[in-house]
Amino acid sequence: MTATAHPHTPPAERTSGRGRAPGGRPRVVQRIRRVGLPYLLLLPALIFELLVHLIPMLVGIVISLKQLTQFYIRDWQQAPWAGFGNYRVAVNFNAAIGAALLHSFLITCAFAAAAVGLSWLLGTAAAILAQDRFRGRGLLRAVFLTPYALPVYASVITWAFMFQYDNGLVNHVLHNQLGITSRPTFWLLGNNSFIALVIVSVWRNWPFAFLIVMAGLQMIPRELYEASAIDGAGIWQQIRLITMPSLRAINQVLALVLFLWTFNDFTTPYVLFGNVAPQAADVISIHIYQASFLTWNFGEGSAMSVLLLAFLLLVTAAYLLVTSRRRSYA
Amino acid sequence: MPRSRRPPMAPPPSFVWTRRIVLSLLTLFAVLPVYVMISSSVKPLQDVSGTFHWIPARLSVRPYVDIWRTVPLARYFLNSVIVCGSAAGLSVTVAIFAAYAVSRYRFRGKRVFTVAVLSTQMFPGILFLLPLFLIFVSIGNATGIALYGSRGGLILTYLTFSLPFSIWMLAGYFDSIPRGLDEAALVDGCGPLRALFRVVVPASFPGIVAVAIYAFMTAWSEVLFASVMTNATTRTLAVGLRDYSTQNDVFWNQIMAASLVVSVPVVAGFLLLQRFLVTGLTAGAVK
Repeated sequence: MTATAHPHTPPAERTSGRGRAPGGRPRVVQRIRRVGLPYLLLLPALIFELLVHLIPMLVGIVISLKQLTQFYIRDWQQAPWAGFGNYRVAVNFNAAIGAALLHSFLITCAFAAAAVGLSWLLGTAAAILAQDRFRGRGLLRAVFLTPYALPVYASVITWAFMFQYDNGLVNHVLHNQLGITSRPTFWLLGNNSFIALVIVSVWRNWPFAFLIVMAGLQMIPRELYEASAIDGAGIWQQIRLITMPSLRAINQVLALVLFLWTFNDFTTPYVLFGNVAPQAADVISIHIYQASFLTWNFGEGSAMSVLLLAFLLLVTAAYLLVTSRRRSYA
Repeated sequence: MPRSRRPPMAPPPSFVWTRRIVLSLLTLFAVLPVYVMISSSVKPLQDVSGTFHWIPARLSVRPYVDIWRTVPLARYFLNSVIVCGSAAGLSVTVAIFAAYAVSRYRFRGKRVFTVAVLSTQMFPGILFLLPLFLIFVSIGNATGIALYGSRGGLILTYLTFSLPFSIWMLAGYFDSIPRGLDEAALVDGCGPLRALFRVVVPASFPGIVAVAIYAFMTAWSEVLFASVMTNATTRTLAVGLRDYSTQNDVFWNQIMAASLVVSVPVVAGFLLLQRFLVTGLTAGAVK
């Protein structure tokens, strides 16, 4: 316990009690300060996280057990308890509310699967194809990151314009220019809204996959490729036998992050469709938002949010368990 | 026994052609909305209301003049700048302290702290929204501090959104600064806080700027909380842009012009950030 090994002595201590350090008290104070300092540094961050994330989460669980409707918004503590009533309504799939929630949940699963799969595919393909040096590679990289650089609402509103029935680009190209469809298509209404949502989501997210896979590719040692080239492996074989297996660890995290983002995505459907999403694209975040703020039934909305969180935690835990076990076998 | 005479750096034509085709298609996909945004923002209203045309027949700067009058865009812009600027500044300040603790000290609960803070990123925003809304309303009723509908409430919310990633990135950056530097300052009689602000912070200035830009961009793009927590006077751009379509007409040319204008600060920030993001992510991945 010399001064050089633990130099974090507060200045106040030094002026007051340098001479009598071996006598009990100042040393205790010194020790408390030293042990306490990292916690003190973390305190502001902790307070803010508690205030905006942890406490609201706990309050949310409490609210989900209450009958909190518009009459109690100003004074939510006064709302009567509902027990698990809100949960029972949410998972009663024979009644209207439960059936709508189940429908929304399944839509969200399909949406997340499609959007994550395609984003991953495009991002990985782009990163692997742009791995070696060629002319214009730097420029291409910058261009690929444009969707990621624009504010979401600005780019999604542009997509909404492109998907318009009368004056949109998509119908103009498909119907007027290529003649693929016999009449213009409604993209933001009916069943096609699902396709529109997937396209916009993929457009937004594939650059992130590209960025992460690109970072992963830089970690693969060059010697691996050089050695396999001497052994006569072609580039396609190299991609299949060296690149893809080396990316496994990064893909594990990437897929999870993309899944959670897509599953929770609110901005894309909200800006694309407005307050009320069409049935075919009624994803869970929009569904809960509507259930809460259009009917002001906060108890029901909170119960749905808690169920959503429970599902996401379960999926994440199962995913990490399965993928890490498979990795340790390999 | 070398079977292939081909030097390892020259890929076969099949690969080169796949590369050309796939990368061209992806480029088209990536920039298509940007082209639509730019070209439609200089068309007169008639031309964006009828059939779409790739090349604008007539050019007009009117949309760029009108956007400020149709909707109080300047006020929304100012709100966004105030809210996002304050949130970014506060977030970075808080993150500097926390990152210093994570990077330089060993303490009980360090792993729990980092994992817990990062895991808040995965929770659905809607889960916090309803209770936070009620908490803000209750605080307003009890103390008279108006958090709901005010810029303060939004700043408070946004600063925590970027906080986890900011702490993580900054701790990584601080790790790359030799410990000897601040230890020397401590031996010379600086307190730990003085060492942090005199030595570590100046040495990691580029990282701090990058984190600030990231925090600013995160706040600039947020829609969910902005749609609930603001009112007519505190509305930010994220919600304000929708006002162009709730009028009798949908002014698509003005929407496109406004989208372009609100993108400028973020795109500028991203261009500054891009270099750092790529290297920073790689460094994080190696650990």
